[in-house]
Amino acid sequence: MNNAIIIQSLSKSYGDVEALKNISIDIKTGEIFGFIGSDGAGKTTLFRILTSLMIPDHGTAEVIGFDVVKDYKELRKNLGYMPGQFSLYQDLTVKENLNFFAGIFKTSIAENYHLIEDIYKQIEPFKNRRAGKLSGGMKQKLALSCALIHKPKVLFLDEPTTGVDVVSRAEFWEILKSLKQQGITIVVSTPYMDEAALCDRVALIQKGAILTIDTPENIVSNFHEPIYAVKAENRHKLFEDISKFEATKSAYWFGENMHWIPKENFDEKSLENYFNMLNYNNIYIQKISASIEDVFMELMIK
Amino acid sequence: MKGFIIKEFLQIFRDYRSMAILFGIPIAQIMLFGFALNMDLNNAHIAILDRAKDAYSIEFSNKIASSKYFILDQNIQSEKGIEASFRKGKIKEVIIIPKDFTKKLMNGEGADIQVIADASDPNTASILVNYTRAIATDFQQSMQQNLKEIPIIIPQIRYRYNESLKSVYMFVPGIFTIILMLVSAMMTSISIAREKELGTMEILLVSPIKPVQIIMGKVLPYVMLSFINATVILVLSYFVFGMPFNGSITLLLTEGLLFIVMSLALGIFISTVSNSQQTAMLLSMFALLLPTILLSGFIFPIENMPVILQWISNIMPSKWFIIIVKDIMLKGANFMDVWKETLIIISMTLFFIVLSIKKFNIRLSEN
Amino acid sequence: METAVRVVNLVKKFGNFVANDNLNFEVSKGEVFGFLGANGAGKTTAIKILCGLSKPTSGTVQVAGFDAYHQSEKIKQNIGYMSQKFSLYDDLTIKENIRFYGGIYGLSSKFIKQKTDEYITQLQLEQYQKRFVKDLPLGIKQKLAFSVANIHNPSIIFLDEPTSGVDPITRRQFWDLIYAEAHKGKTIFVSTHYMDEAEYCDRITIMVDGKIAALGTPNNLKRDYKANNISEIFLLLARGIKSENH
Repeated sequence: MNNAIIIQSLSKSYGDVEALKNISIDIKTGEIFGFIGSDGAGKTTLFRILTSLMIPDHGTAEVIGFDVVKDYKELRKNLGYMPGQFSLYQDLTVKENLNFFAGIFKTSIAENYHLIEDIYKQIEPFKNRRAGKLSGGMKQKLALSCALIHKPKVLFLDEPTTGVDVVSRAEFWEILKSLKQQGITIVVSTPYMDEAALCDRVALIQKGAILTIDTPENIVSNFHEPIYAVKAENRHKLFEDISKFEATKSAYWFGENMHWIPKENFDEKSLENYFNMLNYNNIYIQKISASIEDVFMELMIK
Repeated sequence: MKGFIIKEFLQIFRDYRSMAILFGIPIAQIMLFGFALNMDLNNAHIAILDRAKDAYSIEFSNKIASSKYFILDQNIQSEKGIEASFRKGKIKEVIIIPKDFTKKLMNGEGADIQVIADASDPNTASILVNYTRAIATDFQQSMQQNLKEIPIIIPQIRYRYNESLKSVYMFVPGIFTIILMLVSAMMTSISIAREKELGTMEILLVSPIKPVQIIMGKVLPYVMLSFINATVILVLSYFVFGMPFNGSITLLLTEGLLFIVMSLALGIFISTVSNSQQTAMLLSMFALLLPTILLSGFIFPIENMPVILQWISNIMPSKWFIIIVKDIMLKGANFMDVWKETLIIISMTLFFIVLSIKKFNIRLSEN
Repeated sequence: METAVRVVNLVKKFGNFVANDNLNFEVSKGEVFGFLGANGAGKTTAIKILCGLSKPTSGTVQVAGFDAYHQSEKIKQNIGYMSQKFSLYDDLTIKENIRFYGGIYGLSSKFIKQKTDEYITQLQLEQYQKRFVKDLPLGIKQKLAFSVANIHNPSIIFLDEPTSGVDPITRRQFWDLIYAEAHKGKTIFVSTHYMDEAEYCDRITIMVDGKIAALGTPNNLKRDYKANNISEIFLLLARGIKSENH
């Protein structure tokens, strides 16, 4: 079986709001596939359909060979799911939560301990603490342990890192990489564009539609517009002036720099001239390669 | 399943506030109803119109007047006096003893005494009438020892088995019912709604666990807790209020268990239609508590209700359970006496179980 | 320069646990001050104290010229607050929310009405006017929440992870709003998990285990730590130290 997940022209509406618009994707067995998009893009709806929690209006989806509507019983035995909202029992301890989830999947912690060992070791010192009292990063790790305890073939993680600090996020992604080594297909969604680079392939999703599907490298290299990082002393003035410039196709903040994409037939020379005309000193202009976030924003505008 | 039940218990015991409510409220309620809301009336002013003025009629009048419930305010001489004495407002009840009272009793014909009560306060009126009836019965029985013929005083006596006329006897079955119903239904419906609110239901749904297992896992702990509650109430009512136990305790507890299961099924049904703890709570309060109090015959006698409400009271499970409890505790009824009511509750239980398993969504609702 | 927030030797303890361990910093009027730190590093505790919701165990805390021990009510009148978790009532419409928050601060209904129209035009909310807030896209909701937190014209605005989960374009529009207010002389105190947003701040502080581990302008910090970006500094400071021992 080459494809773990086959999604064909999936649509779903709530009243007059179209949450998913005719989506088709194949996800390969054993890959980390990321859905990158902001809140309200339709990621959660898609995950709920793929985990058999919702029925699509149109289209079909097959997860590890099981139809998400017809074969939901078999499917549920083989998938792990971590919803966006922290969904463990806050009044139970770490250990009790894990025991409980092992129990409802008719397995035990001992049986699949090797799968969760790396993660569980990190939270083991707190095993008698109530889940509600854990910090954000710890909660995510516990939730992941609970989702893994029955050795699922495919793992759905809905925004596992939202609201989690950079350190915990980095640790979380390291864990996902090691899970991939175990042959588990991982489908993950995130609003953090920088996490896209950590996936094997990603789909950029916006307002229920897929903007593009590819490896992070290809998405970036297929972006052909020139892009420049620009820096000046007075940030506010820089932003105002560059927005007014006739050659500007788009300009936006990106960390300490502005990213500037010129209209056709313009390049850094034209920008330099413009700044000279406005008597700027110490201006920094550097051609750079686009990041996923740059591509995403350009695709969003289209 | 086992894991589910363990988890449920852990959660219940960790929530101190709910625990306090679960066990504290029943005790508080039974004390409250038992002592504070004691509806016994003492020293009600009455009048007697004695048309017979013979030996037994005088004895009967004296018996009424000497009871602690009544004060004989005046002896009326004619029918006209009745209206007048009621108008003054002080007199709550007039008893009319017919001519030839003694003769009728001796002949075994049956003597009609007429009881007219001031029904502007229907509750008081019905209580007073019941007292009068009870005294009449008492009188009748005391006569029996002296006479060969069996004397009969009409009207019918309703509270034949509650001779001392203590209202706590009427309240205990009612409170027993309400508490079992409320605790069972409200706690289960809230605990399922909580899983929906916290999102844990999502994880349970994507696991292979079956709806039946989720429901049973939720129900069993509360069956146990409610059963403990039931026992506490019965023990309290026996030792504190001297409530009689004329029937089989095993039968009573078995019926109690049945009623608990019915209430839990109802609770699960409520949770399937509510998405938040708040909705579940309000639904339990208004859909269960109020009708149980108002329509089950607990406070307002069903016979006094309009016909439509009487019909509606038939679909109140609590009405049937109160009958069962009263019959077993006060009359010492055995299973053959209450099988009809039991059957009604069993069918209601099955109805709610089937309904809630059907309604229990295997997927997320979409709003 | 005028000082908006002054914190000297701030300590906050919960039992034996020290949530804020001797914090010292000043924020000037009109500054955009970034407050970074791992989950559980003590950011929320500090923000609560600065907002007058919680009293410090010891140390001096002055916000908008008022003392956090005795004048917390004064502080509350002079600050605006918005967080990612809760900002507006989902089951009220835009207008109802604005009216509610305006009412809390005792603003006249005429003024509230004027502000409502202003926000609706400024944030282009015309098409959403009749909708409940829960039906708004998150980005729009957060922009509105920011405006509402500003309705009583406070001198300091506290923003607790205002852009979590918001799309990249709206996120930048949100920062435009922040700059516009800072330009008018408002002090902005903001926490975020987006490290690129840390670069947008005039100065940032990184908290680790209840202490301030770094404080300065993004450029100075990058120079001092020889780092390419704030994310690297953050990882350097927070990693290796167990962030979970509270």
